[in-house]
Amino acid sequence: MNPTPFFSNLKCRECGRLYPKQAIHVCDFDFGPLEAAYDYEAIGKVLSRKVIESRPHTMWRYRELLPIDGDPTVGAEVGFTPLIKADRLAKILGIRELWIKNDTVNYPTLSFKDRVVSVALSRARELGFEVVACASTGNLANSVAANAAAAGLKSYVLIPADLEQGKVLGSLVYGTQVIGIHGAYDQVNRLCSEIAGKYGWGFVNVNLRPYYAEGSKSMGFEICEQLGWRIPQHTVVPMASGSLLTKIHKAYKEFIQLGIVADTPFHMHGTQASGCAPISHAIKRGTDIVKPVSKPDTIVKSLAIGTPADGYYAIHSMKQSGGSAEDVTDEEVVEGIRMLAEYAGIFAETAGGVTVAGARKLIESGHIGAGDSAVLCITGHGLKTQEAIVGKCGAPRLIAPNLREFEEKIYAPDAAAASI
Amino acid sequence: MPSVRIPTPLRKLTGELEVVQAAGATIAEVLHSLDQAFPGLKERICDDAGQVRRFVNVFVNDEDIRFLEESATPVKDTDEISIVPAIAGG
Ligand SMILES: Cc1ncc(COP(=O)(O)O)c(C=O)c1O
Ligand SMILES: [Zn+2]
Repeated sequence: MNPTPFFSNLKCRECGRLYPKQAIHVCDFDFGPLEAAYDYEAIGKVLSRKVIESRPHTMWRYRELLPIDGDPTVGAEVGFTPLIKADRLAKILGIRELWIKNDTVNYPTLSFKDRVVSVALSRARELGFEVVACASTGNLANSVAANAAAAGLKSYVLIPADLEQGKVLGSLVYGTQVIGIHGAYDQVNRLCSEIAGKYGWGFVNVNLRPYYAEGSKSMGFEICEQLGWRIPQHTVVPMASGSLLTKIHKAYKEFIQLGIVADTPFHMHGTQASGCAPISHAIKRGTDIVKPVSKPDTIVKSLAIGTPADGYYAIHSMKQSGGSAEDVTDEEVVEGIRMLAEYAGIFAETAGGVTVAGARKLIESGHIGAGDSAVLCITGHGLKTQEAIVGKCGAPRLIAPNLREFEEKIYAPDAAAASI
Repeated sequence: MPSVRIPTPLRKLTGELEVVQAAGATIAEVLHSLDQAFPGLKERICDDAGQVRRFVNVFVNDEDIRFLEESATPVKDTDEISIVPAIAGG
């Protein structure tokens, strides 16, 4: 291990007080979030497009901008998912140019959460934790379970008891301790805050949250690099806590500061499900005061966070960048999932449906210009949330195994047959 | 008296006590008497205008006071109040 001089401290986002790089996540004075602080001058001396391009295709090619000391020991293969130009989807959504950042195929658990977990668990090891845990709406639990299993760490994942079967099984299979809580995510989260305070486990999104959150920046770095080293005009991001959106924004700003990309205009847009849209509703009301949703009611369980930790900062990211927010009904979510599948060949989970349907509305309303270019962040795989679309994409047509039935019921082109 | 669960970042002020008792018929009154017993505590929880800070959640039993009457929320002697940092989860 060769400790890097680039990541110096944790720093309160509210008051700027500095803290040591320990398992702490809030400022003692104002409860503001602690964030990783870097020495950008030192980073600027060693990091360039050329250096990045010479490294393996994983999120760790940007390692100077990720908050661990040594080399990553958990999830070293995560990231660098495809960025796809989606011309057919662009046409149907009514926009000139459209890209899909496809984290449905992120390694190893098919959601962007592998990015945050790779950083959090690598740091957890550096800090000496043997037990790691999380409060999750499903994807994070899958990722903690898998990555902890690979690393030989003991893990507990706490989830709302009513998650989709794919998300529950997708944790159980790794032999983790899966704890279902009778309650909504926000209650799970509160319990985890209390457990983390009491037992000193490494909770990736509680006391390790400053490290966890930075992992999301890698999605923004990759988007820039894969677009040919530039920032997209519009980026559309699904929001639960609002952390991913905030961190993609931060990634763009860091690349500008380091001179890795040009300082071109860009807009951050956030999407939520209408049954739990505290951030989108605040933006629409024109305020930065996020009114919590006490009883989320949506099929989009992965985004069902009623008291979003980074709501305030996500709102400021969208405002500062001249972006906007939108929310969509459950029916629109299903349409979004189907459009993405039928026009881009990508099967996303409910959060992906939110992003596609939200983008469609933002284009329709002119918040995203029809002549512009946009990147949609598609963050999790559809096989995990099958309940959401079962019975809504038709059913297979059933026939007996013989040619007569095939021609009678499926394909009986009288004329075509003659022309063979 | 209602009991109050103190989060880790504030335990330096309570001599590492996790749960303390504090008199009061509303959240505002409880915070006031907490501050009498542990000077400096209220300033951590409330901003200069006396409002609970953006990044602090206060619960009476299981309900966030933002869904009740904010700092005017009434409390009974048997209630358990929790102060929980808001920055978590995702
Ligand atoms: C698939 C998916 N997309 C997006 C998000 C939003 O993440 P954040 O909490 O960073 O806003 C989540 C969070 O759980 C998720 O599971
Ligand atoms: Zn602070």
